[in-house]
Amino acid sequence: MTVDLRTRYLGLELRSPLVASPSPLTGELDSALALVEAGAAALVLPSLFEEEILHEEIELNRSLEAGSEAFAEALDYFPAIEEVAFAGDRYLEHLRRLKAAAGVPVIASLNAATPGGWVRYARLMQEAGADALELNLYHLAADPERSAVEMEARDLALVAAVRKAVTIPLAVKLSPYYSALASFARHVVGAGADGLVLFNRFYQPDLDLESLDVVARLELSQPAELRLPMRWIAILRPQLGPDVALAATSGIHGGSDVVKALMVGADVAMTTSALLRQGAARLRAIEEELVAWLVEHEYESVAQLRGSATQASVEDPSAFERANYLRTLRSWSTSRDLARTGNR
Amino acid sequence: MTLLTPPERPATEPGVPAPAEPGKRPQRHECLDGNEAAARVAYALSEVISIYPITPASPMAEHADDWAAAGKPNLWGGVPDVVELQSEGGAAGAMHGALQKGALGSTFTASQGLLLMIPNMFKIAGELTPAVIHVAARTIATHALSIFGDHSDVMHARATGWAMLASGSVQEAHDFALVSHAATLRARIPFLHFFDGFRTSHEVNKIAVLDHDVMRALVRDEDVLAHRARALSPDAPVVRGTAQNPDAFFQAREAANPFYLAVPGIVEEVMDELAAQTGRRYHLVDYVGAPDAQRVVVVMGSGAGAVAETVATLVAAGQKVGMLQVRLFQPFPAEQVIAALPASVRSIAVLDRTKEPGAVGEPLYQALVTLLVEHMESEAPKFAARPRVIGGRYGLSSKEFTPAMVKPVFDELARERPKRQFTVGIYDDVTNLSLPIDAEFRAPRPAGEVQALFFGLGSDGTVGANKASVKIIGEGTDLYAQGYFVYDSKKSGGQTVSHLRFGPQPIPSSYLIDHADFIACHQFGLLEKAKILEYAKPGATFLLNAPYGSAEVWDHLPRVVQQHLIDKRIDLWVIDAFAVAGEVGMGNRINTVMQPCFFKLSGVLPADEAVARIKQFVEKTYAKRGQAVVDRNFAAIDLSLARLEHVAIPAAVTGYELPPVVPDEAPDFVKKVTAVLMAGDGDLLPVSAFPVDGTFPTGTTRYEKRAIAHEIPIWDPAICIDCGKCAMVCPHAAIRMKVFPAAAVADAPAGFLHKEFKSRDLLDHRLTIQVAPDDCTGCGVCVDVCPAKSKTEVRHKAINMEPADEHRDRERPSFEYFLGIPQLDRTLIPHDTVKGAQALEPLFEYSLACSGCGETPYLKLVSQLFGDRMIVANATGCSSIYGANLPTTPWTVNAQGRGPAWNNSLFEDNAEFGLGMRLALDAQSDQARRLLERLAPQVGEDLVREILEADQSGEAGIAAQRERIARLTAILRGLDGPPGSDASHLLSLAGDLVRKGIWIVGGDGWAYDIGYGGLDHVLGSGRNVNILVLDTEVYSNTGGQASKATPRAAVAKFAAAGKSRAKKDLGAVARAYGDVYVAQVSMGGNDAQVAKALLEADAWPGTSLVIAYSTCIAHGIDMEKSMTHQKDAVKSGYWPLYRFHPSEVEDGQPFKLDSAKPSIPVSEFVAGETRFAVLARTHPDRARELAELAQQDVDERWRYYEQLAAMRRSVPHVQHGPGSLPPDDGTGQSADTGDEA
Repeated sequence: MTVDLRTRYLGLELRSPLVASPSPLTGELDSALALVEAGAAALVLPSLFEEEILHEEIELNRSLEAGSEAFAEALDYFPAIEEVAFAGDRYLEHLRRLKAAAGVPVIASLNAATPGGWVRYARLMQEAGADALELNLYHLAADPERSAVEMEARDLALVAAVRKAVTIPLAVKLSPYYSALASFARHVVGAGADGLVLFNRFYQPDLDLESLDVVARLELSQPAELRLPMRWIAILRPQLGPDVALAATSGIHGGSDVVKALMVGADVAMTTSALLRQGAARLRAIEEELVAWLVEHEYESVAQLRGSATQASVEDPSAFERANYLRTLRSWSTSRDLARTGNR
Repeated sequence: MTLLTPPERPATEPGVPAPAEPGKRPQRHECLDGNEAAARVAYALSEVISIYPITPASPMAEHADDWAAAGKPNLWGGVPDVVELQSEGGAAGAMHGALQKGALGSTFTASQGLLLMIPNMFKIAGELTPAVIHVAARTIATHALSIFGDHSDVMHARATGWAMLASGSVQEAHDFALVSHAATLRARIPFLHFFDGFRTSHEVNKIAVLDHDVMRALVRDEDVLAHRARALSPDAPVVRGTAQNPDAFFQAREAANPFYLAVPGIVEEVMDELAAQTGRRYHLVDYVGAPDAQRVVVVMGSGAGAVAETVATLVAAGQKVGMLQVRLFQPFPAEQVIAALPASVRSIAVLDRTKEPGAVGEPLYQALVTLLVEHMESEAPKFAARPRVIGGRYGLSSKEFTPAMVKPVFDELARERPKRQFTVGIYDDVTNLSLPIDAEFRAPRPAGEVQALFFGLGSDGTVGANKASVKIIGEGTDLYAQGYFVYDSKKSGGQTVSHLRFGPQPIPSSYLIDHADFIACHQFGLLEKAKILEYAKPGATFLLNAPYGSAEVWDHLPRVVQQHLIDKRIDLWVIDAFAVAGEVGMGNRINTVMQPCFFKLSGVLPADEAVARIKQFVEKTYAKRGQAVVDRNFAAIDLSLARLEHVAIPAAVTGYELPPVVPDEAPDFVKKVTAVLMAGDGDLLPVSAFPVDGTFPTGTTRYEKRAIAHEIPIWDPAICIDCGKCAMVCPHAAIRMKVFPAAAVADAPAGFLHKEFKSRDLLDHRLTIQVAPDDCTGCGVCVDVCPAKSKTEVRHKAINMEPADEHRDRERPSFEYFLGIPQLDRTLIPHDTVKGAQALEPLFEYSLACSGCGETPYLKLVSQLFGDRMIVANATGCSSIYGANLPTTPWTVNAQGRGPAWNNSLFEDNAEFGLGMRLALDAQSDQARRLLERLAPQVGEDLVREILEADQSGEAGIAAQRERIARLTAILRGLDGPPGSDASHLLSLAGDLVRKGIWIVGGDGWAYDIGYGGLDHVLGSGRNVNILVLDTEVYSNTGGQASKATPRAAVAKFAAAGKSRAKKDLGAVARAYGDVYVAQVSMGGNDAQVAKALLEADAWPGTSLVIAYSTCIAHGIDMEKSMTHQKDAVKSGYWPLYRFHPSEVEDGQPFKLDSAKPSIPVSEFVAGETRFAVLARTHPDRARELAELAQQDVDERWRYYEQLAAMRRSVPHVQHGPGSLPPDDGTGQSADTGDEA
């Protein structure tokens, strides 16, 4: 029995719902092509951070000029370097090359700090051949002078500005940390987003206990992390309707995770951690697991499965919204031994 | 400027770009320096360019390399092969080979570099091979090295048979480069084209540039083909370079004569063709001045600019004077010189920019005298009587040469009995040769000209901005522009002075500005350090970068500055440029803030136009380097003019007096000489002030209190863990550690901090970490390396950078007190630990190396461990510059007056130089031992035995021996022998019975490249010398050119596309000898291992080599994190640490790998260094490929080293003393003379 894996995401026809999410694997041509080889239906490039470009420009120029025109024997310390390909240039070059070679849709990703930066690079990405754009809306709301309302308004203005700048489909990747996510998601769509990607995962600071330094760490995701996007996709899918693309990301490690994501209403399931751990070939295995499940459960297509268990489609819609305190507590049965120890 | 011309010459202004003659090609003007002007032509007309860096010629090679890397074609459409050699000798050899194969070859050099080319130059000329060497003429090292300009180098190439053509200006450097290349092909005589180092090589001037069509018109293809036809080819084989016998050599040598006879005519022909093409007319010699001149100065090179202006001024005043500028020096154009001199001339002063001690006179003088004698004996002499000829030296080592110095020469010529030999520009009170300088005499400046002076620091971008201003004005308008830039010899906190002239006429003035219309001081602190307003014209404009507004700045000005402002009615403007730069994110680069203010105030251009042009220039310069940089510069420009304020000058001075340059307690020499040099008044010192042989006292940096740091490290004893790392890594010995008995600080002033010294052996001792607040450069390396963090606030360490202004007042007396605390007895503490080593007194302090230098901590450590008994042979390079560039030296002495003795021979011979010291030391100590045996009855058998059998392996043994030698000396003095007696000889040699160390120090350019042959020989000698290679992996001192130590994938000059070959494993070469102690160390990687390695090297009775990883500004890193980079280099396996201790025992394991297996990939280490990272941004594919190879290099080397660590090897015959040098080797005693093996 053959199963129809095709899906649509951001208006793009994909051969399967398995999309490689931003990672070093999509950032290098060889590894990105290996992902395609392993079945990735689309590739999302790592985010281009505007701060990174600015920092690189400033710092590289500073270091190329360091010590220059200060000492008679050494008027400078580097050969004449007229032109430098900064992070932005390199990104676009990679995008061009990958687009030419991949044979699947290539989605560029952008994280800019200033409205001008968003628009400029969004346009350049479109010109470089991106099939769609993923805007990474992530900033830490650490400024006590700026309210949630202000921050959200700023985000929405940015989405609208980028929407105006490009004609290719636009997805917005959100963090889960909005007070009123459902409302905000609707506004993002209203501002021109064709789809949402749920959710961002970011480097989180850690402490090195020997050096007492703050170190940035990115832990690879665990399957349990799928719960959060699952819940929200289940809630948002009926609210936003079938025309808004939804992507589940975080915690997609196996075929069953893909099944769950699709069931709650995602159009695609994006995966990275599993591939970073086990290599690009893992993608093929995930697809096989997905197919096996579909076959075993006699589904004909992904389309059939998609959205079959949204909040609107499940027996107990409140289950997705409830704090689930009691059920969660019940689901974890405390070991008798531990309980005894605790009672002593 | 109006110059009169002699009747027999058409109107011409030598050295000045003339407007295009009607019908000539349109002229395109650019602002270039002399190096680029010459290099452009050389590049266009060469197929093979062999290069090697040397100041001030390096930029020519750098340009050629950059252009080749960018694929720029030469005249024939090919890209010249630009190849770096291991020395100038190699460059000349490679050029010789290329020429023999029929290629068009050229090279660039100066000074010692030219000397190294001389053997090949004889060959190239002897074979009548067309070639050009472009020389930025530079002083040859004698009693001292000098990087500056004179003709001592080119004059030593006179005998090689090369034609010598002298340029006197940037335009000429460009034009004569072409004349040389064209003429050499026609003449078959190779050409040495030279111009004055720095004065011309580094002067930026607006010149008319030659296009390829002009070059093509002058460089005839038939000559190129003829050259190629003479090439070696197996298709038409010949032999050249035969050996000839007495029967043949002489005649064969004379066979080339017709070619030399033809050279003047050919050069004239080419110059005429150049004039036809461009309208710029030159002759072999050019005369300017009165047609009926009686007094004439003959000069060559840039000095002609000052002489010509003087002549014009004197002629205008009715004097009958003139100047003859010699352009072709060799073959000497006798006929043309006689023709050019007016028949009326009665006396001639020939000025030579070189000194040939003991000669009848200098070369140009001798040529003139000979010529006139010969001419007067001819059938129809031109002159009624032989003109009197006198010879003078001027301008050695770029000494200023101004009209005020030229006029006295004419005055001297007018005297009845002028000095036959003289000097000008100095005050010689020893042999009384100097002519007095006429300080009041100035050549008038042309109407409409603006002369501007800018005082800045190297780090603030002042020079860069001024170079931009010259281009903006010179290339964007009809005005002419000239820029000359004076740097000081300090690598950190160095001052720069920019001399800019703008005007409606070409600017030939070849001297500095001392009468400025506009002066800018870009650093407020310089008001106390530099003479600034002395150079202001009355009514001049003064722009001051000040942290004070117009209302308050007056009260912060020194009295002397106020006095000038009032007396000269100077128009004062202030701006807080650092505030503006800070606001727009430019850090301390205040150039784009000050530049618009200059334009606004100087009136060279209308303000709006100036701002638009500056922005255009910024856009052009930085657009390809990223929009962010452009935006910030724009913001700085816009904000600057809004912040400029005018200051009303009060009627009376109120300011403070400046403190004396050095404290009163400084030694006499320091006060009389060093302080004058430090104050910038060295030009005023008379000849008698100087040592006659280049010998100077050490320990003088301590008097140069520069206070350049904005932040200094402040110690918190509560957190300190006594590790000593901060003191260990300090590049300037400005963080000191001292351990002392508690009682020693009983009288400590309030604010002097100390803490308990944690030691099981030294009880009741205290420790202090003290900053030298005025010597610290604020690099922050000490803080980066401090491992001790506060338990309540982790960012607070045991040492923290804090604002200097808030701490200097407390730290100054504390440091004074600290210095007075007696040093701990060296025997009380082990030296093989970091804190042990740091308890020792550094005898290398406050070097003027770059802030955060990676080299100097090693030298400081060596000085702590062995400084009181070491002699240093120092290769030329960074370490010889920060080690001994006047006015001060960081090498110093301890309380007993002992300290390192130091000398620098050359770049290429340092290993041999040090070996020679060892040979002498061994010979002298042998003689001392023999004498001691002989004098045993008088001295006493016991003492003699004790001395001869002393164990001096450790500090205690050395101290005991010193005490014995003191007793011996006392006894010998009592013996009262006559000179020549055994006692008198032993007295002079007794010191050598205390163990001494010879330290041969240099960088990788020396050790891996130019000095490698000698180094290898010394490694093979078995002699007891210690070689310390400060490996920065590039030629640091000359600006970051690749050496064989440069690693794969790194970008460096001469490796603009990333070095493709892996770094040479110098240690492996040395280890192959078996009996050489070899260590590879890194202070940031493992500081204790460095100390251990140095101690082992000192103790090893044979040859030792320590290769020390040295971070450098040329790596493109934040120098504050110097040690972190070193640590990462080790962690990644990029720089493995090891010690190879030759073993004499059976089954010894000499190789000890001191670093752990690589724990991070090389990519992680290199990502943070611009030298690697930039390649991914310029050549991404190549970067990827080289990065993979670089990782493989590391993996493979680690695998190899791991195997070596298990290797068992013993050295059968370690030499413990002299005599290991092969008898027929290294001594120069070979019977086989003349021929080279």
